[in-house]
Amino acid sequence: MTAALSRREFLKASAAIGGGFALEFSFPAASNAAATPGKAVPEVNAWIVIHPDDRVVIRIARSEMGQGTQTALAQLVAEELDCDWARVSTEFASPNEHIRRNRIWGSMSTGGSMGVRSSQDYVRKAGASARDMLTRAAAARWQVPATECAAAAGVITHRPSGRTLRYGEVAADAARLSPPAEVVLRDPKDWKIAGKSIRRLDIPDKVLGRPVFGVDVTLPGMLHASIAQCPVFGGKVARVDARVAEKMRGVKKIVRENDFVAVVADSWWRADEALGKLGIEWDVGDHGRASNETIDAMLRDGLAAPDLPQAKKSGDAHAALATAAKVIEAEYRSPYLNHATLEPMTCTAWFKPDGTLEVWTSTQNGEASMAAAAEASGLPLEKIEVHKMMLGGGFGRRGGPQDFVIQGVKIARAMAGTPVKLMWSREEDMQHGFYRPASIVRMKAGLDARGNIVAMHTKIACPSILKVLMPQALGKDGIDFTAVRTFSDMPYAVPNQQVDYAQRNGHVPVGFWRAPGQQNGFYRECFIDELASAAGRDPVEYRLAMMSPGDKNRRVLEAVAKAAGWGATLPAGAFRGVAVVEGFGSFAATVAELTIDAAGEVKVLRIVVAIDSGHVVNPDNCRAQAESNVIYGLGPILYQDNNVRNGRIVETNFKNFRLPQIAEMPKVETVLVPSGGFWGGHGEPAILPLAPAVCNAVFAATGKRIRSLPLKHHDLRKA
Amino acid sequence: MLELKINGTIRRVDVEPEMPLLWVLRDHLGLLGTKYGCGINVCGACTVHIDGQAVRACSLPASKAVGKAIVTIEGLSPKGAAGLHRIQQAWIDHQVPQCGYCQTGMIMSAAALLAKNPSPSDADIDATMTNLCRCGTYARVREAIHALAGRPAAKKA
Repeated sequence: MTAALSRREFLKASAAIGGGFALEFSFPAASNAAATPGKAVPEVNAWIVIHPDDRVVIRIARSEMGQGTQTALAQLVAEELDCDWARVSTEFASPNEHIRRNRIWGSMSTGGSMGVRSSQDYVRKAGASARDMLTRAAAARWQVPATECAAAAGVITHRPSGRTLRYGEVAADAARLSPPAEVVLRDPKDWKIAGKSIRRLDIPDKVLGRPVFGVDVTLPGMLHASIAQCPVFGGKVARVDARVAEKMRGVKKIVRENDFVAVVADSWWRADEALGKLGIEWDVGDHGRASNETIDAMLRDGLAAPDLPQAKKSGDAHAALATAAKVIEAEYRSPYLNHATLEPMTCTAWFKPDGTLEVWTSTQNGEASMAAAAEASGLPLEKIEVHKMMLGGGFGRRGGPQDFVIQGVKIARAMAGTPVKLMWSREEDMQHGFYRPASIVRMKAGLDARGNIVAMHTKIACPSILKVLMPQALGKDGIDFTAVRTFSDMPYAVPNQQVDYAQRNGHVPVGFWRAPGQQNGFYRECFIDELASAAGRDPVEYRLAMMSPGDKNRRVLEAVAKAAGWGATLPAGAFRGVAVVEGFGSFAATVAELTIDAAGEVKVLRIVVAIDSGHVVNPDNCRAQAESNVIYGLGPILYQDNNVRNGRIVETNFKNFRLPQIAEMPKVETVLVPSGGFWGGHGEPAILPLAPAVCNAVFAATGKRIRSLPLKHHDLRKA
Repeated sequence: MLELKINGTIRRVDVEPEMPLLWVLRDHLGLLGTKYGCGINVCGACTVHIDGQAVRACSLPASKAVGKAIVTIEGLSPKGAAGLHRIQQAWIDHQVPQCGYCQTGMIMSAAALLAKNPSPSDADIDATMTNLCRCGTYARVREAIHALAGRPAAKKA
């Protein structure tokens, strides 16, 4: 692999991804020293700092929320740098410096299982480029041709003489050299550090309880804030009676804004106690009567609307349905879902006496946090620094929406000069999310005499996440790809397809909930199971028969069937189901095994999931992510939903929004089948086929089709 | 003024007797390893030891902990801040944490369980380890506990 690093190419790449995007060594004229005046940071390039004692610090631009991207990205840089892994540590790249250095670290956004797959190319080039510069610096020291020198494991060797220099001895010289015009990246089959199940760098601090999360920020003289937002989305503060609260112990200030009230005190508990004693009257606005029923009616109105925009049209689905041997129709639905990160939303902000603003927060996008802080403070970006803390879970909640940063900054502005740490209570967090959209989907398929699908017409009524968080990314006619995926890109050879999309938004804010659009996998793969059953065919064979030979969906479906022993006899009382869905650059297929007891309780025993992500940077961490997707996805299958009554979310805390416990964790067997040649994600794909595999197993056990979740609303007792 | 014995040291704090122990630890004493997750005695992110028992500090008024031995994650290792408790080492060996937010509570619960029951069965683990984790570390938690008990992780039915 040869990579030419021309300025023109980088500008082209920037335009393609729509954001600032540059590598330091693509601009050789801008020396590191000039970029960081007065700072004696021994950086070889923007990604790599090498200290004289050989410690290597790798800068990480993405956020760490448990998914392991911090370690995986460091592995990729270290692989190409060829340093001693034992001397590697990481630091998060500063968003302020990022802006000052012309967005030198590419994207800081952490979502869509993108951490590795969308930055692997430039972080590996950064490592390879630094190795080249270090080698040339050593050659210059020895006054020999660089071609006689080789670098490995942190040491440069002059082959003819056997002389050696350590990276730390030549790093300062290397930093003054021009980066190479091109670098050759290693073939993954030659990897020594990448591709291995190396232990995660963040775990030692985490097991000791060292303060690494946003909620742990502590500053001299810092105060604490608890917040109340209007329980009806979009409502405003009408009146606040602070007479009792303001006299309570430790209370420093009541901050009233248009849409929230916060109490600032000398501990969070005192702030929260006082908040509870505020008399707040809300102007709930127009949505005080919204409910599950009104939302349902809104979605149904969408399904009934004529001339819906089409997310896909191939052949003539209507004509083919009219002449099909058999037509099967089904309606499926899903509720709203909160992310419920275990660390609630939090932001610490400090308007400093020198006119600058510092922010510490658990964010999936440091640059977006900075933009939010700028918007809330009115300060220019150069006067703001955002410190990215470890996230106590993200799952999509802390990327697009930066509501907690805006609030934190507004509260701190009222206390200028004093740092204030805002933390939401669990109740605020449960009731003020950016929820996985509720949706209703109608599918209609025509089968020929042998049961093959000749036509499929799908109508999707779903709020648009992009409309709320990224309107510039909406497609033609308002089509939101997160609402139509899995139908607009089916792996099945169906000659006549039509996918209609009714964007119906409602007042409940929606957001990127782990694997946005994953409910469509539930709909499609359960419906395909219905069709297989109607055709009298085996669900695996039925799917494979509709897939083209080189399709990676086929690869993972075959792998999971083999690993799970599809077709083999199960223990008495156990049943299985299968599903396959691609997304986030990868392909995933799952077989679920479960039992259902006399009371109708479902116990998921075993999940086998096969994933093809092209390349695998840290296999053990990829397995951990599959386990993570299983438990995160299991709650909404079994019992989680968010309901709307009187304009507000009914659920308040984990007592009525239940999370699975250890006893419910199935045995998860992850089968990694990387086929090379592409880079797919791992943070989300394994959740995609989970719900349909489980629900198809429920059908196998009970004969009942599950067309809505969670299962707690279905009576699964034996009839 | 309350007098609390935390990690072997007497600490005096001027707080309301009803202030939950969690907030005394976090906001008044700077012991930040103990986390807030729900405030209603459900999630277990705030688990500490009181006289050797795993207790959820979010729901325990600080005054009820007076005269008792309180141990937090910061004081779990007998070697102090520099060393690792064998459970913490097992958590590293089995690469248990992901985001890590629930893990200090999880480790405190596991420590209390193993102190009482050196070789817990899967059923014992299911009944005792009720801490909530969003990231899905449960399988590795189970493995690590079994490894500490000196027996291989039992296959789940």
